[in-house]
Amino acid sequence: MNDFTRKGWSRTEMAQKVAQDLPDGSYVNLGIGIPELVADHVPKGIEIIYHTENGLLGMGAIPEKGQEDIELINAGKKYVTAIPGACYFHHADSFTMIRGGHLDISVLGALQVSDSGDLANWSTGKPGAIPAVGGAMDLVAGVKNVWVITEHVTKKDQFKLVNNCAFPLTGKAVVDRIYTNLAIINVTEKGFQVREIAPGITFEYLQTKTEPIIIQ
Amino acid sequence: MINKLVKSDKKAVSDIFDGATISIGGFGEAGSPLELIHRLIDLGSKNLTVVSNNTGSGNVGIAALIENRQVKKMICSYPRSTNSVVFPELYRNGEIELELVPQGTLAERIRAGGAGIPAFYTPSSVNTPLAEGKETREFKGQQYVMEYGIHADFSLVKCQLADRYGNLTYNKTARNFSPIMCTAATTTIVQAKQIVEPGDIDPEAVVTPGIFVNRIVEISDPAHESILVAKNHRYLK
Repeated sequence: MNDFTRKGWSRTEMAQKVAQDLPDGSYVNLGIGIPELVADHVPKGIEIIYHTENGLLGMGAIPEKGQEDIELINAGKKYVTAIPGACYFHHADSFTMIRGGHLDISVLGALQVSDSGDLANWSTGKPGAIPAVGGAMDLVAGVKNVWVITEHVTKKDQFKLVNNCAFPLTGKAVVDRIYTNLAIINVTEKGFQVREIAPGITFEYLQTKTEPIIIQ
Repeated sequence: MINKLVKSDKKAVSDIFDGATISIGGFGEAGSPLELIHRLIDLGSKNLTVVSNNTGSGNVGIAALIENRQVKKMICSYPRSTNSVVFPELYRNGEIELELVPQGTLAERIRAGGAGIPAFYTPSSVNTPLAEGKETREFKGQQYVMEYGIHADFSLVKCQLADRYGNLTYNKTARNFSPIMCTAATTTIVQAKQIVEPGDIDPEAVVTPGIFVNRIVEISDPAHESILVAKNHRYLK
């Protein structure tokens, strides 16, 4: 990681923070990558129904070894299980749930987020890169609350929380909240506002790692 | 008498012509009609436009169809995944066209195509590069982009149970795009794991009504893409 040392919450702790904020009874779509960790940390007594856009409501845990089913996978094409009470449906119904505003929360990864809530998470726009968008643009357009979970800066210590996204947008003014290793930040009409700072991190340090001005 | 059952997978795809648009079900390997795709490779039809969420993995299925240079253009949402090697190379060399579509827009375009709706407005992709050059319109203060329905010449799908009328059920997340693709093609060709008698599928449980299906072939022991890929299997004509 060059001269940059990662500070604050671990990835597991970031996922725990998201999990603790999910209201009981929520319908939630978890993106590929760090968001997938969230399901492991939902507090006991809280019931969350997970949606995976390839056609399953009521996604359960990873199957035990030897119990995998090639025709039961999640959006990341990993083997999953279905909880009792789950249901399967086709893609148009799945995106009716997404685009029609029926899901409560979408948790996504990010390349960049701006303080007006713009999200870039599908392409670096580099020549030769194979563009692939999946369901991200539909999720940010349709789900009521869009939460991003991401490292606060890149491995090269570059801003990910920026004034303007340089990478191609996934959606404009769509992000409501950001969970990073340094802080939890709400995206408000006035810009980034701190909700919680990780232990051992000062507000001044947080600000140096964030391009836009943060409201304390 | 209505009987949509055909004797062989070879016969089922035999009239797929050069330049056809073909929708192929599946999300990754789940629901991918591997045998029908491989018979299409045997047939050798060229200049195809293929509508499918992914571009296949390894050197089997859709990836093999592309490798065999039968595909002129892919319409998909996610043309790369683990073990996806064929498409990226051809795309970088400018040897295959790509129309990248958000996954929900792809689903809705197919649904619209099957429902006789030529175009519709969606909020997905507004203010992004994927909306560039497309008509936009404001409804109740929000911007939407116009997208066209997709209606294919042929749909190739895989299902679990089928009867001779074409009523279908699917297995778990192998359902994905297949039910809407069945509705949005001139000729819908299905490979079923099992053919059952009319009435054996509870009418309340039918997922694809038979009216949307033209041909069914029974493939009782279909190959699995991931297993073939793990064995480095390469499907060649």
